[in-house]
Amino acid sequence: MRWYYKLPLRLSSLFRKDKAELDLSDELQFHLQNQIDEFVAHGMNPQEARRAALQSLGGVEQVKEECREMRRTSLIENFLQDVRFGFRMLRRNPGFTVLTILCLTLGIGANAAVFSWVEGILFRPYPLVSHQERLAALSGTVGGERDETSWPDLLDLQRSCTLCETLFVSSITGATLSVGERAQVMTGSIVSANYFDAIEVHPILGRGFEPGEDTGRNAHPVVVISYHLWQTRFRGDPEIIGKTERLDNVVHTIIGVAPEGFYGTFVGRGIEFWAPASMLQVYNAGRYKLEDRGARWAEAYVRLKPGVTRNQAQQEISAIAARLEADYPATNRGRGIKVWPLWQTPFNHAGELLPIFEIMVVVAMFVLLIVCANVSNLLLVRSFARRHEMTVRLALGAGRDRLLRQLVTEGLLLSACGAAGGVLVAYWCRHALVLLFPVRGGNVMYLPGQIDGRVLGLSAAICLVVTLAVGLVPAFQTRHLALADTLKTGASAVLGFRGRAWFRSSLVVLQVTLGFILLVGAALLMQSLHKIRTTSPGFSTRRVFDTRIRLAAAGYDAPRAKTFQDELIQRVRALPGVEAAAYARVVPLGYDSYSSTPIGVDGYEPQPNEQPTVLYNEVSPDYFATMGIPLLSGREFTRADDENARRVAIVNQTMVARYWRGQNPIGQRLQVKGNWVQVVGLVKDSKYYSMDETPQPFFYVPLRQYFDIEPDIHIRTAQPLQIIQTALIREARALDPNLALYEMITLQEQVNRSTSQQLVAVTLVALFGGLALLLASIGLYGVMSYTVSQSTQELGLRMALGAGTSNVLRLVLFRGLLLTTTGVIIGIALALLLTRLLGNLLYQVSPRDPLSFAAAFAVMTLASAAACFLPAWRATRTDPIRALRAE
Amino acid sequence: MAKPTDLVQGTLDLLILKTLALQPMHGWGIAQRIRQVSNEVLQVHQGALYPALHRLEHQGWIRAKWGESENNRRAKYYSLTPDGAKYLRQQQAQWKRLSSAIGLVLEMS
Repeated sequence: MRWYYKLPLRLSSLFRKDKAELDLSDELQFHLQNQIDEFVAHGMNPQEARRAALQSLGGVEQVKEECREMRRTSLIENFLQDVRFGFRMLRRNPGFTVLTILCLTLGIGANAAVFSWVEGILFRPYPLVSHQERLAALSGTVGGERDETSWPDLLDLQRSCTLCETLFVSSITGATLSVGERAQVMTGSIVSANYFDAIEVHPILGRGFEPGEDTGRNAHPVVVISYHLWQTRFRGDPEIIGKTERLDNVVHTIIGVAPEGFYGTFVGRGIEFWAPASMLQVYNAGRYKLEDRGARWAEAYVRLKPGVTRNQAQQEISAIAARLEADYPATNRGRGIKVWPLWQTPFNHAGELLPIFEIMVVVAMFVLLIVCANVSNLLLVRSFARRHEMTVRLALGAGRDRLLRQLVTEGLLLSACGAAGGVLVAYWCRHALVLLFPVRGGNVMYLPGQIDGRVLGLSAAICLVVTLAVGLVPAFQTRHLALADTLKTGASAVLGFRGRAWFRSSLVVLQVTLGFILLVGAALLMQSLHKIRTTSPGFSTRRVFDTRIRLAAAGYDAPRAKTFQDELIQRVRALPGVEAAAYARVVPLGYDSYSSTPIGVDGYEPQPNEQPTVLYNEVSPDYFATMGIPLLSGREFTRADDENARRVAIVNQTMVARYWRGQNPIGQRLQVKGNWVQVVGLVKDSKYYSMDETPQPFFYVPLRQYFDIEPDIHIRTAQPLQIIQTALIREARALDPNLALYEMITLQEQVNRSTSQQLVAVTLVALFGGLALLLASIGLYGVMSYTVSQSTQELGLRMALGAGTSNVLRLVLFRGLLLTTTGVIIGIALALLLTRLLGNLLYQVSPRDPLSFAAAFAVMTLASAAACFLPAWRATRTDPIRALRAE
Repeated sequence: MAKPTDLVQGTLDLLILKTLALQPMHGWGIAQRIRQVSNEVLQVHQGALYPALHRLEHQGWIRAKWGESENNRRAKYYSLTPDGAKYLRQQQAQWKRLSSAIGLVLEMS
């Protein structure tokens, strides 16, 4: 029953504070009065009696505070009081409050945004997919290099893997979706029949795929569409199930609609449709690969059983791969299967973004540190101004721990506002990453940040750490308050407080140091981006255009395609301004994989365990002239190199160096997929997959001898893109009015797209570096303003003694730049250690590149000079007479 | 007269509750009563009395009501709650056990 007495008391001390205070006052008054009466009765005069009574009680205010302390047994009330008081303090000083919260919002927001990206793109990239923490990606390997996997290999793996709960295939593809008159290229996934069951995503309408729907060539023309596609192209038609649509001109029956918020399983893209693997031929330019163990195209995931580590799974899967190697030496020699953590998935954008995010986590932490230093500094200034208040409260009987709690509560208020703002910033920025990636063929990237419990938890943790950092600094100041001294000297003594100037200065130095490091990083990455985009990839980039004509989708078979290709290329070559044109199955630096083959070379003895495997491309006559790849000796392919002629090949320099020890290879023999071909030419090395790859062996074969229905067409011309595109469409439609083009781009654009990783890194680091620079400048400005306001007397004296404006200006600027220089020197030392973290993001730029360091130094110095100038100018306006009189 | 003995830690609560068990009383009265009853030996430090009263009130052992004092002043009277009475009995029993135990130890020879 005690609560019956306690509750009203608690409530009244919470909500009826005034009444409780009044009661307390009355109660003590009554006591005093009685005591006075007693003393008077003992013969004291009333005044003496009063003083004695007060003394025996030990100070009314102290007793009151102690009583209050007793009454506030609940922490909540204490806290609420502090919060109320804190709010009052913050409201009284809106400029300070807004600036502080803004700083904290930026700092916490930067971290929350990076966390949400890491969460939404690397750790939990696939909304609605269950148990993502146990998902892992699978890829093939050949001689240690990554490759795709083949369907039969995956089936065998699925059958024999005991540590995997499930294995499913999800390969990205694209197709033209025609609904009525409108045709549009869509991103889709070729999946195994168990896909929706494996990820435990269930269509909201219709069904997922049934077992067996991924077998049999073209046997199951069914498709599950995304919620987005259903809503936009089919206007949410509730009767959609059973209707048909044309995907690449093949009629598919819509059997299901995926739930809202499900975007498939490919980092970087929102998937619009899912088709079973049996329909592969439709999406793969007429190639059906489900029965071919040597055809590697599939991208797959496994979900491990609970408690199984990736290493254990890898061991079992490697053992299975070794068995496959022994069983099928013709296709599987030298090949393995590798298990990747989701955030390193090699076949989507995760692997490419991982190194950027690693940097960004560090960078965001730097920004947060700078913010903390900045806010600490602001709070310090304020704590000097509040020294008087604190002292009075101490004198009135407030406990030091009570004051400490008060200060920490104020810090918490600030950082909580900052954290709320920060999460808001992260929420606004969750789709911001996409802005940094180029639009490809009208398809926008899909790279969402995700703000879930884990991200919020981390942000809250940061908020707490920040609270301690910014709340304890001023609290540290109150620790040494000497009651009598401060009270005696009064408020004016506050400004004379200089003992802790070093602390504030070192906070500024810290900011300059961190800001400088970020600037160096940004400068290095910028230089790297410039290099990677201007270095020659070994082919011309400016005047060569690339596109592809959608022959497979239009139902062409090989003989028709050959005729069409011959006729079109002649028409294109005849166009005004076209210097050369050629076909190639794969465009360099693109997403498509080159063919690869085990090779045999006359006179080259491989090591016992070596299976030389080389990439190659299928190209038409005039390819090297079109691409601007120099022919060093021998000849280009000609129209005579067709199906009936002897098989030939053109090799690159690295291949010659490795397999012919640098001797002239012309006329030598090379074994490609079991057939001997004759080397007829030697060309210079160029870039094949990425700008930062090392030169690798590579060769070319005639497209006619290794035919492909839908190669890319490259056109070399000085005409602008629009004109050549229109002309090409006109020529193609003259041959067949039903044909459509893929997107046409210059090879420079191709280079730019393949280096978008560097662009993203530069943009993000530069953005954060700029932020850091701004914050550090604000910090420096604050300290210099404060120093100037403190040294009015000194400045006045100097001016009275004859110091001119320029002397004073120089004096203040010198002090500011001294701080900057100290920060920069420490920054140089740290940056020399830290820039190595940029690792592979740097292309042909040393992490210690002096130019970048110099640039960062210049920017930092200029910014600090600007930040110091206003305080310095204000110093020159000091009125010596007034300054001296004030003393 | 010997110097008034300082209260043993924690015994102030016990004394207050015991005093209030006799009749409702205000703070001043409690202090006086303790002093008188203990033959001027126990001196309650006045600064400690009120925080203790407020603590006991908030723990629900005693409750307060405003009333008129003997000299016609408004005074805050504290009285024991039923729970407080129970608590007092427990504390008293414990105190007796403790003091008799100490007594035993001291009388050992």
